[in-house]
Amino acid sequence: MGELLKLEAVRRAYGAVVVADAQSWSLAEGEALGVIGPNGAGKTSMFNLITGTLNPQSGRIYFAGQDITDWPAARRCRAGMARSFQVPQPFGGMTVYENALVAATQGAGARGARAEAICLDVLARTGLMPKANARAGSLTLLERKRLELARALCTQPRLLLLDEIAGGLTDGECHSLVQTIRDVRATGVSIIWIEHVVHALLAVVDRLIVVDFGRLIADGAPQAIMASREVREIYLGLDADV
Amino acid sequence: MSQRVTRSSRLSQGAAVLGLLVLILLAAAPWWAGRADMRLMGEIFLYLSLATLWNLLAGYAGLVSVGQQAYVGLGGYALFALTILAGVPALWAIPLAGLLGALVAVPVAALIFRLRGAYFAIGTWVIAEVFRLGAAQVSALGGGSGTSLPADVVRAMASGRDAREALAYWLALGVAMAVIGLAFAILRSRLGLALMALRDNELAARSLGINIWRTKFIVYVATAGLTTLIGALIFVQKLRISPDAGFSVNDWTAFVIFIVVIGGIGTLEGPIIGTLVFFALRETMADMGSVYLIALGVVAIVVMLRAPAGIWGLIRARTGAELFPISHRVRGTTTKETADGKKA
Ligand SMILES: Nc1ncnc2c1ncn2[C@@H]1O[C@H](COP(=O)(O)OP(=O)(O)OP(=O)(O)O)[C@@H](O)[C@H]1O
Ligand SMILES: [Mg+2]
Repeated sequence: MGELLKLEAVRRAYGAVVVADAQSWSLAEGEALGVIGPNGAGKTSMFNLITGTLNPQSGRIYFAGQDITDWPAARRCRAGMARSFQVPQPFGGMTVYENALVAATQGAGARGARAEAICLDVLARTGLMPKANARAGSLTLLERKRLELARALCTQPRLLLLDEIAGGLTDGECHSLVQTIRDVRATGVSIIWIEHVVHALLAVVDRLIVVDFGRLIADGAPQAIMASREVREIYLGLDADV
Repeated sequence: MSQRVTRSSRLSQGAAVLGLLVLILLAAAPWWAGRADMRLMGEIFLYLSLATLWNLLAGYAGLVSVGQQAYVGLGGYALFALTILAGVPALWAIPLAGLLGALVAVPVAALIFRLRGAYFAIGTWVIAEVFRLGAAQVSALGGGSGTSLPADVVRAMASGRDAREALAYWLALGVAMAVIGLAFAILRSRLGLALMALRDNELAARSLGINIWRTKFIVYVATAGLTTLIGALIFVQKLRISPDAGFSVNDWTAFVIFIVVIGGIGTLEGPIIGTLVFFALRETMADMGSVYLIALGVVAIVVMLRAPAGIWGLIRARTGAELFPISHRVRGTTTKETADGKKA
C-alpha cells in the first residue's frame, strides 16, 4: 500500500499558541486513522492545514505523491480530499439536495444524470432523503452534521476527513453512523476521523494518533494507545466534558 | 422507493407560456405602437438588460460594482469610434463593442479583484471615472463636449426613419431576451450552482472544489462585455454622446441598483418587476422634477424596511413561487409523496 498523505515538519502558530508543532506523519492508502486529543489541541487546525484553508508557516504536505502545500483548497478537493466541518457550514439558502449537488458537480466533477445519481445515493445512505427538499438553513444541528458528511461523500473523495460528527447522537444513530463510515471505507476510501466519542471511533479505525499542544504524543494501534497512561489521563479529562 | 429530480413546476410552465405570448405581442409592436411608445419600450428593455446583468454580478457573484457605467460609456464610445474613425457599419460596431468590453474587463478584473467589500465598490467607481476622464481626452470624438453620430452612419443602418426605429426597437427587445435567457441558462448550469453556493458560504464553497476567483472572473467579464454591448445600443438610439452622458453614474448604475433592489436582488424575477416599478414611477412623475427623485428615494426606503429582499423576495418567501425554474426538487422522497405523485 502506498502513502496517500504525508506531512513533513508542518508548523503553524497563532501568536504564542502553536496548533501544529513540526508534525511529521503519513497515512497509507486505504487506512482509517483516528485522531483524539483534548479541546484546543489543534485537531481541527490539522484538518485546516491538510485541506488548505490554513497555510503552514513551514513544512510540506504531500497528497498522492504530489506536493500540495501551495495548492488552494478547491484544487485539493478536486484532487480527492473532502472534509466535514466541526461547525457545520451549509449553503443555507439552498436545499439539502442542492448542497449535495454542489459537491458532486464541483468536487467530483460529475454532470447531469451521474451527478444526480451520486447525490440520491449519498442522501439515501446518510439518511437525509426525507429532508432532500428542505432548505439547509432550516436543519437541526444533527441534520447539519449529517449534511456535512453527505456533501463530503458526494465529492467522491479518496481521503475523507471527518471532524466530530458523532457527538449528540443516540446509541442507535451512532451505530448506524459507524456502519455508514465502515461501508465508505469498504469502497477503498481512506479516512481520518477526529472524534471525542471514542467507542464509535474505535469501531472503525485501525490506527490512532493523539494530539496535544499541536504535537503528536502517541501514534499506533488503538488498543495499545488507549491502554497507555498518558492517554488515559487526557482521555479521562475528555470523559468529563463529553 | 425511487426518486427523481425535477426542476419545472406548473407555475413556471404557465409563466413560460405567458412569457412567450407577451414576447410575440412585443415583437409585433412596430405594427401596433406609436413611435414614442416604441422608444419608451426600447429604453425599458435596455434597462431590464442592465438590471439583469447587475443582478448577476452583485446578487449572485457578490461583486457589488457601482462602476458599471464604465462599460456603458465604453460601449457608446466604441460605437462612435468604430463608425466615425474606422468606418465600421453601426450594426457591426455593436457586437464588436461587446467584445472590446469583455477584453477590457480582463485586466480591470485582475486589478480590482484584489479589493474586498466596500473597497471593491470604490475601486469599480474609480475605474469608471478614469474611463470618463480618458474619453474626454479623445479630441477626435469631441473631447469633453462629445459628438454626434454622423447622418450618413445613421442613414446606412436602415432605409427610412420608421425602419430604423423598428430596428432599434427589435435590437433592444432581442438583447433583453438574450440577456435574460443567458442569465437563466447560467443559473441553471453548474456555474450558477457554484455562484449560489459561494454566495451562501465561501468557506464551504472552496472546500468543495469551487474555484472562487475563476467563477467570479467569468461572471465579471461576461457581464462587462454585455454591458458594453448594451451601451453601444443605448447610444445608437441617443445618436449623441459625451463623457458625462456616457459614464453617468446616476443613469447607468444608481437607477439600475434601484431597480434590482426594489424588485428583489438575487432573483431573476426581481429585475423585471423592478424595471416595471421604476418606469411606472418615472412616467407618472417625470414632470414633477425633483419630486420624482424624492419619490424614488421614499419607495427605496419603504421597500428596504418592509421587504429587504425586494418585492419578489417577499412574494417568494410567502408563496415559494418561482417563475424561472432554477431550483431542484426531489420527487418521491417519502412514501406519502410517492402516493401523491401517483395520483397526480
Ligand atoms: N483563527 C484563529 N485565531 C487564533 N487562534 C485560533 C484560531 N483558530 C484556532 N485557534 C486556537 O488554536 C487552538 C487549536 O484550535 P483547534 O480548533 O485546532 O482545536 P481542536 O483540537 O479542534 O479543539 P476542539 O476539540 O475543541 O475542537 C485553540 O487554542 C484555538 O483557540
Ligand atoms: Mg476541533
